[in-house]
Amino acid sequence: MALLEVDSLRRCFGGLVAVKDVSFAVEKGVIKAVIGPNGAGKTTLFNLISRALAPTAGRVRFDGCDLQGKKPHQVASMGMARTFQNIEMFSGMTALENVMVGCHVRSRAGFLASMFALPWTRPEERKIRERSLALLDLLGLADLADKEAAGLAFGQQRAVEFARALAMEPTLLLLDEPAAGLNIYETAEVGRLITRIRDLGVTILLVEHDMSLVMEISDEIVVLSFGQVIAQGPPQAIQQDPDVVRIYLGE
Amino acid sequence: MTIELFIQYLFAGITYGSIYAIVAIGFNIIYNTTGIINFAQGEFVMLGGMISISLLDFMPLACAIILAVAITMVIGAFIEIVFIRWLAAPSVLRMIIITIGISILIREAALYIWGEGVRSLPYFTGSAITAVGIFGARISPQVLWVVGACGLTVLALSFFFKATPVGREMRACAANRKAAILCGINTGNMVTFSFVLSAGIGALAGCMMSPITYTQYDSGTALAIKGFTVAILGGLGNVGGAVAAGLLLGVVEAFSVSVVPLAFQDVISIAILLIILFIRPNGLFASKEAAGLRAF
Amino acid sequence: MRRLLFLIPLVLAIAAVHLLCAWTGTLYYLTQMTMSAYYSLLVIGLCVVMGYAGQISLGHAGFFAIGGYLAAAFTTRNLAGLQDALPVRMLDAAGLLVSGRDVYGGAQLVVTPWAACVAAVLAAALIALLIGIPVLKLKGHYLAMATLGFGIIIYKIALAVPYFGGADGISEVPPFNLLPGLAITGGSANRIANYYIAWTLVLLGVTLLWNLIHSRVGRALRAIHGSERAADSIGVDTARYKLYTFMLSAVFAALAGVFLTHYNGGIGPSEAGVMKSVRYVAIVAVGGMAHIWGALVMGTLLNFLSLRGVFGTYDDAVFGAILILIMLFAPEGILQTGIMDRLRRLVSRREED
Repeated sequence: MALLEVDSLRRCFGGLVAVKDVSFAVEKGVIKAVIGPNGAGKTTLFNLISRALAPTAGRVRFDGCDLQGKKPHQVASMGMARTFQNIEMFSGMTALENVMVGCHVRSRAGFLASMFALPWTRPEERKIRERSLALLDLLGLADLADKEAAGLAFGQQRAVEFARALAMEPTLLLLDEPAAGLNIYETAEVGRLITRIRDLGVTILLVEHDMSLVMEISDEIVVLSFGQVIAQGPPQAIQQDPDVVRIYLGE
Repeated sequence: MTIELFIQYLFAGITYGSIYAIVAIGFNIIYNTTGIINFAQGEFVMLGGMISISLLDFMPLACAIILAVAITMVIGAFIEIVFIRWLAAPSVLRMIIITIGISILIREAALYIWGEGVRSLPYFTGSAITAVGIFGARISPQVLWVVGACGLTVLALSFFFKATPVGREMRACAANRKAAILCGINTGNMVTFSFVLSAGIGALAGCMMSPITYTQYDSGTALAIKGFTVAILGGLGNVGGAVAAGLLLGVVEAFSVSVVPLAFQDVISIAILLIILFIRPNGLFASKEAAGLRAF
Repeated sequence: MRRLLFLIPLVLAIAAVHLLCAWTGTLYYLTQMTMSAYYSLLVIGLCVVMGYAGQISLGHAGFFAIGGYLAAAFTTRNLAGLQDALPVRMLDAAGLLVSGRDVYGGAQLVVTPWAACVAAVLAAALIALLIGIPVLKLKGHYLAMATLGFGIIIYKIALAVPYFGGADGISEVPPFNLLPGLAITGGSANRIANYYIAWTLVLLGVTLLWNLIHSRVGRALRAIHGSERAADSIGVDTARYKLYTFMLSAVFAALAGVFLTHYNGGIGPSEAGVMKSVRYVAIVAVGGMAHIWGALVMGTLLNFLSLRGVFGTYDDAVFGAILILIMLFAPEGILQTGIMDRLRRLVSRREED
């Protein structure tokens, strides 16, 4: 069974159909990319999958469970992590703290336990800190741990956002334009990072504009245009698909 | 309930309702150009009443009212220029707190100048016991003054926004501030102007209602809450909605007097406010989708 | 408990104020210091709501009033006439009632202060829960107006319901015997003991909140403040966290209300007024929103000055002016973050050693 199944998903804004009966599946352990021209409904699709938006119709199944009626934080605690197109750092917190928040769903100290600083909360807190440092180290950010995250360079923020998402120990990672705003070297770096994350056993679904990146790292591609799926398949097939070529190069 | 009593309540409701509508329009004008809710809106109403009462010692009623409205407009401009204009992209929380601070200072200044006493303007025509008979009910002519003035204000405003260059520029500023700047509109002046305008209509409402409801240094707060209720009820920023919602709240409140003790009258409108905020924060007349689109 | 080292300066300051007053023969200042302590208890709770969870509340005087009024009403309203009613008999059997004589020598049956305190705080928590669920879904102006509306409703109820004494409020509230020989009451014989009771409560409150904000939950709260969308996507149940914080601050406010009412021997409707709520917000703003220390220091200082009558008839105007000036010129608070951060880093470094 596929890890993520999207079944005739539809979302309307007023009279505008932003996502129109989109269906596809993401198998475990692959990198799948969603591409399409601007305004094709890619980010809306992401928001529907992570339940930041409720669909007008259709279903999303994640890990065998219907997400109907679930809240975004519930979906997250089921093991679906996401990053944002415009990077959402927690302002006023250090890079390390940002990643530590990512450990939220994998730890359990609640309101009362925290207030009374119950004995078991201290080892847990230490474990969170160690794990987060290890993750920052993994992404080559160890020496930025105590810097305020919102003040870091764009590429570094992106990496912190990755670390934060990985701290959730997700089974599925949604990346919304991970290469947006990066130069070609940084983009290549992000590409290597994504394949490394996949090799850690995390399934990846990404939306991306950078075709060279998408073609290089993805195992499968879904092409959206005006909210509809117009092609699906491995990169080579997509590159030769006449519909896709027409959309990208014009008639 | 007799038909006379019914009409009596109805007119009381319409009177208060038109005042609420005017206060709500004041909220809307500033909200539209700045995105700020001016918590000091009720204070403009109080100032209008108080200043005109003081001026009445030196000049006839009509002059006192006109001058009071003008002075309040100057105060509105002063507030905007001193406290608001030079802030770069202030957060909503900051603006809320600043306008609350302004309302406290105005109220305290009013307490210092006019004391705690209750004052009022005389009835514009006749006296407290003069009455016009309408369908057998006895209605004070002041009611007609209030309703007439409020109606004229609304008409004048809609003419202003639709047909004058400044009005159109203010609407442009409300619709899209950045685009307005690119078109060469001085949005800073538009904001000042919106404060002047809403101070002016607030002060006018304050003068009109003073003979009926009296004016006291702290009468602004309750009016502000009700005006805000109406603004939310009609959809924030929607002037037409404010009129309908104002009349609705006024009438509901007037009829509730026959059911609920007077001490709880204010509680009713606040309860309505809370319920509306909880279930339909975009107002009674706005469709959810339109509001959703606006947010994007 | 190296973690609690941060409390040492506070403990020293509390003792120093006492000694200083004793030395200069101004022990009467301790009365206002005691009252300031209770107001500060409310303020630090509100500080967590505003600074950490990022939610404005213009209705916290309402929670203070719920605590104070219920404690006052339960411990003064005579149940002797209802002696045979089942609920009263059950309360009596549970040992929650105390009988005595009123000023005219008539039989009087009232709830014990302990039971009244528990009931009042629970009521505040429950009301915070019921109000919080819908209110905390709102943002910005809507949230401000909704909490303001809540505050006004409480004020109007206090003013209009005869049970709560109308414009006069409730007086003749009995002392609250915490332990044998340790009573919360306003007499000068108890002044020093009460000063320490109040500040012990504040110490306790600060410790709990300090633990909270330096924990997994505190991090999540700050994350909500930073970006609610991202916090949601990371699995933080933002709605629940905001609600719990709101309830926690309501409990702090109600406790402050209960204790101060026993200390003053009464409570009046002005405690529920909008100006009080605005004042608390002003203090939190001056302290720098997300700084418990700032809130505590400014809360104590400003309330002390206000209670001493330093601002005279300009009391409200002073707080209005403070609000405007702080928000215009120092939205981060006047105890600028530099000093506090350095101190905190010192403390945390010592902790890691």
